[in-house]
Amino acid sequence: MSHAAMSSELFNKTIVELAELLAAKTITSVELTQAVIDRTQSVEERVKAFNSFDAAAALAQAAASDARRAAGQSLGALDGIPIGIKDVIAVTGQPLTASSKMLANFVSPYDATVTQKLKKAGAIIWGRLNLDEFAMGSSTENSAFHTTRNPYNLDCVPGGSSGGSAAALAAGEAIATLGSDTGGSIRQPAALCNVVGLKPTYGLVSRFGLIAFASSLDQIGPFNRTVEDAAITLQAIAGYDENDSTSVKVEIPDYRAALKTKKGPWRIGISKEYFGEGLDPEVAAAVEKAVSFYEKMGCVIKNVSLPHTEYGVGVYYIIATAECSSNLSRYDGIRYGHRSADAKDIVDLYYKSRAEGFGPEVKRRIILGTYVLSSGYYDAYYLRAQKVRTLIRQDFLNAYNEVDAIITPTTPTPAFKRGAKADPLAMYLCDVYTIGVNLAGLPGISVPCGFSSSGLPIGMQLIGQPFKEADLLAIANAYDSAHDWAKRTPNL
Amino acid sequence: MKYEAVIGLEVHVQIKTQSKMFTRVGAGYGQPANTLTDPVVLALPGVLPVMNKAALDAIIKAGLLLGCDIAPVCKWDRKNYFYPDSPKNYQISQYDQPICLNGAVEIELPGSARNIQGEHKSIALTRIHLEEDVGKLNHEAFDSLVDYNRAGTPLMEIVSEPVIKSAEEAYACLTSLRATIIYGGISDCDMEKGQLRCDANISIRPVGETKLGTKVELKNLNSISFVRDGIAHEIKRQIAVVESGGTIVQETRDYDGMTGTSQSLRSKEMAHDYRYFPDPDLMPVKVDVAWKARIQAECPELPFAKQTRFQSDYGLPYTLTSVLVWDKALADYFEEAAKLAGPGKAQAVGNWIVNDLQRELGAAKLDLGDSKVRPAHIAELVNLIAAGTLLSNAAKEVFIDMAATGETPSAIVAKKGLAVAPTDTAELEGWCRDAIAANAKSVAEFKAGKESAINGLKGPIMKASKGKANPKLVDETLRRLLSIS
Amino acid sequence: MSVPEDLNIDRIANLARLALTDEEKVKFSAQLADVLTNIEKLKQVNVDGVEPTAHAFPIYNVWADDVAKPGLPVEDALRNAPEKRDNMIVVPKVVE
Repeated sequence: MSHAAMSSELFNKTIVELAELLAAKTITSVELTQAVIDRTQSVEERVKAFNSFDAAAALAQAAASDARRAAGQSLGALDGIPIGIKDVIAVTGQPLTASSKMLANFVSPYDATVTQKLKKAGAIIWGRLNLDEFAMGSSTENSAFHTTRNPYNLDCVPGGSSGGSAAALAAGEAIATLGSDTGGSIRQPAALCNVVGLKPTYGLVSRFGLIAFASSLDQIGPFNRTVEDAAITLQAIAGYDENDSTSVKVEIPDYRAALKTKKGPWRIGISKEYFGEGLDPEVAAAVEKAVSFYEKMGCVIKNVSLPHTEYGVGVYYIIATAECSSNLSRYDGIRYGHRSADAKDIVDLYYKSRAEGFGPEVKRRIILGTYVLSSGYYDAYYLRAQKVRTLIRQDFLNAYNEVDAIITPTTPTPAFKRGAKADPLAMYLCDVYTIGVNLAGLPGISVPCGFSSSGLPIGMQLIGQPFKEADLLAIANAYDSAHDWAKRTPNL
Repeated sequence: MKYEAVIGLEVHVQIKTQSKMFTRVGAGYGQPANTLTDPVVLALPGVLPVMNKAALDAIIKAGLLLGCDIAPVCKWDRKNYFYPDSPKNYQISQYDQPICLNGAVEIELPGSARNIQGEHKSIALTRIHLEEDVGKLNHEAFDSLVDYNRAGTPLMEIVSEPVIKSAEEAYACLTSLRATIIYGGISDCDMEKGQLRCDANISIRPVGETKLGTKVELKNLNSISFVRDGIAHEIKRQIAVVESGGTIVQETRDYDGMTGTSQSLRSKEMAHDYRYFPDPDLMPVKVDVAWKARIQAECPELPFAKQTRFQSDYGLPYTLTSVLVWDKALADYFEEAAKLAGPGKAQAVGNWIVNDLQRELGAAKLDLGDSKVRPAHIAELVNLIAAGTLLSNAAKEVFIDMAATGETPSAIVAKKGLAVAPTDTAELEGWCRDAIAANAKSVAEFKAGKESAINGLKGPIMKASKGKANPKLVDETLRRLLSIS
Repeated sequence: MSVPEDLNIDRIANLARLALTDEEKVKFSAQLADVLTNIEKLKQVNVDGVEPTAHAFPIYNVWADDVAKPGLPVEDALRNAPEKRDNMIVVPKVVE
């Protein structure tokens, strides 16, 4: 494969590189933003990462950023950097669709907390990125609008649900993006698209303004080209929010500085439960090479046991669907959203608006979630799942008595072909390595660690301790800064 | 066969807060449609709830006033059902861990006469929990219109045990409960504004039977007297059904207070499956000893305790206390006036408040707080009368003037020249001598031991003095003169 | 995979206010049966004495002071409404 695209194009640079160019006034934010817009217009027809974008609004923000910088009032590393936003995160005056027919015409009258924080950091809020409808899926094939393609192979999926966020970044259609992760929806597409994807500890980043899928699992996080960029982006969005009762008051360290101050060596755990049946040998080999890297740099590699891993998918599909069945009740065609044109009464309005507005995967999960919560089943399903969730969490916390982080493959296989997983259960099993992190509320990061023989990206996952993102990023950066997988941009 | 009724009440009370239960947009009544909303109230995509601390304080206070156990930990659950007044199509409520458990409402049953205190009884409560109110549907000819101003208002649900035996008891329970909540400053409990709403679960059974009969839920009891009338009507209806060989079906009925009739809304087949589960968006609440103590310190004395104290400390008769204690502002007003008036004058103070003040307020449609008559006015008035400076007829006139102008009684007395005039004993003695001389018959009767005959002498004296003679002095002077003549 | 006897798809769809076609009912029933079978293995786990996790990091008493803040202007509140009149949302006549 040719790597001609190891380009010096602005749209393929990192935040760190661009921040230097902007600070030196070598480029302006308007030039950078225009380069991203041009790139988007040239490749988007093939990648289909966006649901919509507003070039004029982006350029206006870029002009404001340039004016700030000219006045010596730059807001920092993100000032003037175009950041794409998954279309489940509210931006005032912009569409907020969750890639659902239900919200096809919805315009948000308010900003998510992360949107506000990015605006305060001077970032250019850029575009609405495609996803599996209401973040339910692992391929973006469940989008009501179109399927996003994997930039490394347009016949393959980019992963999901934040497929648009991963693909747009890989394709140079944004400098960084935000996604959301309920069972792997940031890490899995990051792995499949050769970018860094971070799911922070539950409660580190405010969920206010994130369309809820499963409230006790959802977390917003960044997609970046490097771990250092991830540290910069996380810095901007992390922190307690009075509008999110589940956000946690913790000290936010300087994540970027921690990459330099925290040098290891670390104790890194490997769990056999993550290297078993179903794991593609090329993926296994790539992750094992990363393990050797850590070993060579002096880290202690230890086997840890996570015995309840096999129950993760079951627990996840009970808790996530139960919560989503309730969270999605508000989409009823009354105050906003799709309203059926031929409802004969109020009950019929609910039935038809929801039947017409939701796609099959969303319906399937609402039905399952409604079932597990219904009278007589709560104890057998939901309550039991919450208890097993406790055991899964304890497995991790026990392991952290012995190690600083755990390394696993992010996904069992590289990107699969569109339409390859028609069976919902097969699709659900794609999340087998990422789900435990959400159930335990832990931070997890996917870092590019190689390519398959067919040229598809492979990612490894590092799982950290609660609220110790600084350590997790430092561990990930040790590998990432010593490799250049992310510089292999796709040929588009 | 004789039947007895078994009644349980479910009372919803809006808590008086500045902002809503789970978001900080203003809460209130009577605003233009949909002007008290925000993204959270409207359940827009992506929003999250945040608890209102004041609503928690208020429900803990309600629990303490009603003798409930305050749970050390409580949590929030989602009650899932679709209805157009419910923006999320789930209500945030408390299912299996409510904040208040047990407790009771003290009630007084009607006495044998108006001036006789009735029997007291305790109506056990099951629980009180906190939730959020829904919006309001306005039904038009061909469609319905939704206003979400009310949606999200803090609401507490007070559930009684099925221990109420009659419509009268239910009425007494609701009256006492309402007074308690108003006393606590928790809600204004205005039923017309929907701040207090009551549903009743009613069943009947043959006297002596211990098993509960099939219950009917009666809704839309939107005034306190409708609660009494509706329950009485439902008990009669159920007895009539059973006596004519029918059976009671479990259902919800709507009571129309205007026509005094009820009709079935839905039967049990449509029973809900609310799929309660813990709300993942909210954290649980822990109530520690210090928090409870702080609220306890804010708890006022309740009406029945006050009634007992007014009877023992001020020597007030039951009839006066039964008016004074149910309105905290009125009771406070009384106490202030009674203290200013000094010892031995409380009953007179109470009489002025219960009779004249209440009448003036009613006629002018004023709240007590808006009245120009302040406790100091009443105290002064009572003292002028006691000192003999003001006669009761003149005092009535002073009161009316005072209510209109807010001037002090002594200023009005001076302004109108209403003071009992001559204290000049010579002039008074002259009038008395004239009266004795002119009324030999009365004098003779009095001397023969007919005490009331002295009144026959007083009339002419008052006439001669043009009503300004001090009756107390007249009486004393007459007796002195008669004893020596 | 056979559909469990107690999976009454009509009842569930009714609770969820979701109209399903006959085709969807058949398909979803079978797919849900698959998923439920996978979930069955949770029953092997001994959960005696295990506390349920409702929140990954349970904290208590997260609230705000009762200070009213401005909300949405009514025109913004109703901007996305499918049908409105007199500053209210129009719905088919609700018969209580």
